[in-house]
Amino acid sequence: MTDHLKREMKEALIRDAKTGGMSRRDFLTYSVAAGMSVSAASGLWTSDVSASTPERGGKFRIGVHDANTSDTHDPGTYLSVGQIQLAHTHRSYLTEITPENGLGPDMATEWSASPDAMEWTFKLAENATFHDGRKFMAKDAIASLNHHRGEESTSAAKALLDSVVDIKADGDHTIVMTLNQGFADLPWVMADYHLTMLPANDDGTIDWESGIGAGPYKIVGHEPGIGTELVRHDGWHREGAYFDSIEFIALNDPNARQTALITGDVDSITSVDLKTMALLQRNKNLVVDNVPSGSAITLPMFCDTAPFDNVDVRLALKYAIDRDDLVEKIMFGTATAGDDYHVSPGMPYAPTDIERRPYDPDKAMFHLKKAGLSSLDVSLSAADSVLPGAVDLVVLYSEHAKKAGINIKPVREANDGYWADVWMKKPWVFVKWGARPTPDNMLTLAYKDDAPWNESRWQNARFNELLLQAKAELNDTLRAEMYREMCMLARDDGGTVIPFFANFVYARNKNVAHSDSLSSAWENDGGRSTHRWWFTS
Amino acid sequence: MEALESWMPLLTTLGKGALVIAAAVVVSIIFKALLVAVLPGEGAKVMRTAPLTASFGLFIILVYALAGIFAPWIAPYGEAEIVSTSFAPPDENLILGADQLGRDMFSRVIFGARNTVGIALLATSLAFLMGAVAGLIAATRGGWMDQVLGRSADVIMSIPSLIFSLLLLSIFGSSMFVLIIIIAIIYAPRVFRLTRAVAGDVVVMDYIEAARLRGEGLWYLIRKEILPNSKAPLIAEFGLEFCFVFLLIAGLSFLGLGIQPPTADWGSMVRDNATLISFGEITPLIPAAAISLLTVAVNFVVDWMLYRSSGLKE
Amino acid sequence: MGDVLGIVAKRLGLGLLTLLIISALIFIAVELLPGDIAQAVLGQGATESNLAAKRAELGLNDPAPVRYLRWLGGAVTGDFGVSLVSSESVTEAITPRFKNTLFLALYAAAIAVPIAIGLGVLVALFRNSLFDRVANVLTLTSISSPEFFLGYILILYFSVNTGWFPSIAKVDPDMGMAERLERTFLPALTLVLVVVAHMMRMTRAAIINLLASPYIEMARLKGTPAWKVIVKHALPNSWAPIINVVALNLAYLITGVVLVEVVFVYPGIGQLLVDSVSKRDFPIVQACCLIFAATFILLNLAADIGSILTNPRLRHPK
Repeated sequence: MTDHLKREMKEALIRDAKTGGMSRRDFLTYSVAAGMSVSAASGLWTSDVSASTPERGGKFRIGVHDANTSDTHDPGTYLSVGQIQLAHTHRSYLTEITPENGLGPDMATEWSASPDAMEWTFKLAENATFHDGRKFMAKDAIASLNHHRGEESTSAAKALLDSVVDIKADGDHTIVMTLNQGFADLPWVMADYHLTMLPANDDGTIDWESGIGAGPYKIVGHEPGIGTELVRHDGWHREGAYFDSIEFIALNDPNARQTALITGDVDSITSVDLKTMALLQRNKNLVVDNVPSGSAITLPMFCDTAPFDNVDVRLALKYAIDRDDLVEKIMFGTATAGDDYHVSPGMPYAPTDIERRPYDPDKAMFHLKKAGLSSLDVSLSAADSVLPGAVDLVVLYSEHAKKAGINIKPVREANDGYWADVWMKKPWVFVKWGARPTPDNMLTLAYKDDAPWNESRWQNARFNELLLQAKAELNDTLRAEMYREMCMLARDDGGTVIPFFANFVYARNKNVAHSDSLSSAWENDGGRSTHRWWFTS
Repeated sequence: MEALESWMPLLTTLGKGALVIAAAVVVSIIFKALLVAVLPGEGAKVMRTAPLTASFGLFIILVYALAGIFAPWIAPYGEAEIVSTSFAPPDENLILGADQLGRDMFSRVIFGARNTVGIALLATSLAFLMGAVAGLIAATRGGWMDQVLGRSADVIMSIPSLIFSLLLLSIFGSSMFVLIIIIAIIYAPRVFRLTRAVAGDVVVMDYIEAARLRGEGLWYLIRKEILPNSKAPLIAEFGLEFCFVFLLIAGLSFLGLGIQPPTADWGSMVRDNATLISFGEITPLIPAAAISLLTVAVNFVVDWMLYRSSGLKE
Repeated sequence: MGDVLGIVAKRLGLGLLTLLIISALIFIAVELLPGDIAQAVLGQGATESNLAAKRAELGLNDPAPVRYLRWLGGAVTGDFGVSLVSSESVTEAITPRFKNTLFLALYAAAIAVPIAIGLGVLVALFRNSLFDRVANVLTLTSISSPEFFLGYILILYFSVNTGWFPSIAKVDPDMGMAERLERTFLPALTLVLVVVAHMMRMTRAAIINLLASPYIEMARLKGTPAWKVIVKHALPNSWAPIINVVALNLAYLITGVVLVEVVFVYPGIGQLLVDSVSKRDFPIVQACCLIFAATFILLNLAADIGSILTNPRLRHPK
């Protein structure tokens, strides 16, 4: 079924249900036939059918996981889920990822590129103000972006803006960015959670310390690792922000989080303990949102190190993994099984027509023979700090691979120092990647031959050629074709096994409603639940 | 009405508890009779005067010891073997059902007896040995020896144990050997202080003074005069230390640093399944109950020994 | 009494020495942790150039002894530096949380200590009775259950099922005392369950230990009632071990409650410390550890003085 057809069917379904022509059960049956999962469909019923018009009011309390005492307001250090959720609430960005996973305007109202995609012009919202009443101007946008650029910058987003050589103001409400290479995805990059817009100081730096932003809510109380209280910012430049006030509560213990939701101490939680998800779903007052994301688990092998330097060994290992079993046992079904290319189904230009590689021990054995081996002994390193259950996953994988005569020895590494001492150092390791908005972003970061994070040391001339071409290509159809070819190359020649893309699984009280689609960018609708969702009475 | 309903789970739990206690009493009586019949002369005499709690304690300890020693033969499956689907309910093959990965809970509880009890016992004994010896030396020698040992103990005790072990385990890695040594180092000062305090009280007694004047050596003083008079609080402390070591291991597992999977360990099993308790599932209660039962049993026996050694004949 | 003051002065001096040794130990331990401080602060996403810039900013390129002495120089003048991660003053980051930790510890101790000693005396009086055994089993069970697990069970009964108390112990500075006591009741109760058994059993053991002494025998032969023997003759001579175990448990209530804080989301100092260890935030780790150590040293000093004052023989060593 094409996407277009699905969308039409979905709209028709909602129409029928609203006019009363359908029971909840019919609605679910037909929705599932339309290609939606049951949970997505039940989400639709509650949010769209029973309550379609947003209502204003109320205090929205969110229990956030991964909110730490070390969290700061410096956008260059944004890392934790707590920071990302808060950032999208008290601050704004030039662009945003929409609930439908498209690109939409935020503080930039429109943008355009020169034909070679080397010069970009962003028009800024003229009615936007910061929480202290200052108007949002071009100099603020420039200072905000420059915070992540330059030699001394410690910003984690520095690499994103590497190709930007100059940013200039053109009047008070337009900025022009000049690049050293064509880059069609620049507007997508502007939605990255680090690149938030902040008031400029006179010396061209930004004021991030005060916690002021131009987002829908302003901070009235903030204690890192404990919680944040916010109230609506009346000078916000957009529609939405239905709640009167917001409270974030740091709830890092999964049990505390779930209990708080059950007892009504919070209205929404950003992460559900997968082990007890099924039990939580039995509670009639709660709704679990299960949203596919672009966050991938990767198992990169060094393509220049024996035995992984043989493509047949790599293929044997790719056939020897039962991805569905891993999705079922490690993620309790809340993941999308991967194929061995790092473009998730939710990304723009994702190739949807590539047939997923099955678990096939015989095929694996065939490739092993082709590589001139009768058996294979390899070690795979993992740590549970990367993903709870990472070591379990490796243990399961080794059980799968045994059937193909491959012995994978699970190695549990220390949690501390995993990124410094194991990742990019040992020949085969377990990695979790956060979601990136576009294929170019992801592939340039970790698959380009000279990328500092080319974690599999994969060198493929055709792939790198295509990557550069696609980067500057403004024609969507051509780009999609290029990305498809790159995915096939990574799948059949690359050194990375991708077991699955993890879903975001969060939950809310049933009196909290949202529109019929949820962004895949971050937990709670891309971190924007605070201005997109509302209470139903 | 609603209040009553909310109490129902508690009431049923209490009801079940009463049944369990009744069963425990019966087991204790039978086990005591058995021991009296089986043990030779002296042992039988001692057992005949033992209270029921003590025989119950002995019975539980024996069961745990057997389970630990013969784990590979008793457990139907391996501790890391995946035999079923996630959280499979109990059936004739899996007595207690399966855990998250589909491993047999019953087998893991049995193997847990070997791993958890083994480590806790080794660590407690080591801590006791180090702490008691140092404490006795400090009390009898006094002077600079007392000072050095006392200060070292202060330093170790002043650093919170969880943080201390967190730092050390991060530095040296979480192997069983490291875990045992670290726990022993953490708990030795507690034993040291207690021994020092109790023996200090004894040391100033007149009969010790008399022995000193007689020219008795250090070892003699400790063995013949001080130890017999400090035994009671030390024995009581052993039972409690044993619990604390269990709890520390469980706490470390809660923070992800304790005994590492796939090795079965009751502490991590409680932690892995702890969130289920909010939904009234009993899975996490099984390993927790295994911990509680053993510590209760150990302390029953300790109480009995304490009573016998205190010389009270009432 | 002059002796006691002398002992106090000497012990305080030794306490300072202990703190110095601990600060050096903690510094070395944080240095020895695998991985790099800049990497830990910036996380997985940091590039090589990020890391170099961060190292320079934090002054990490100086040799370790120089950095330790720089910290020590600040600490003796009362300046504990700034957090490596948030650049916030360490004193400001710690003070409100330490107050919360103290509050919870005192709350729990105010309930636990009288119960423990009272029960200890009672079970010593009625030793080997049914009451003794039941109290014994109950306290042993509570002490041998992991504290996070006790917390979960209390939440299940008193929060999810009955709704009597909130499951999240969220407190803020302007909260009234009554509300604060209600909100922190479940964590306090968890801690009470954790510490009562140890203190009670020690009281019982110490008293029973004395019951075979000749002077107790004498009092008994004179026909003094059993409760009077215990309260008047045995208890005063058992104070040394009892005070010791109470001090140990008070110290535990302040320094060892990380898990209870996590389970009840209580904004105390333990959670801050664990976070800081994982981020290698040395100034915070150091300050927290020293606060804990100082608490511990002072409580022990109090216990030792208590033991001396209650045992005349120790007061005048021969």
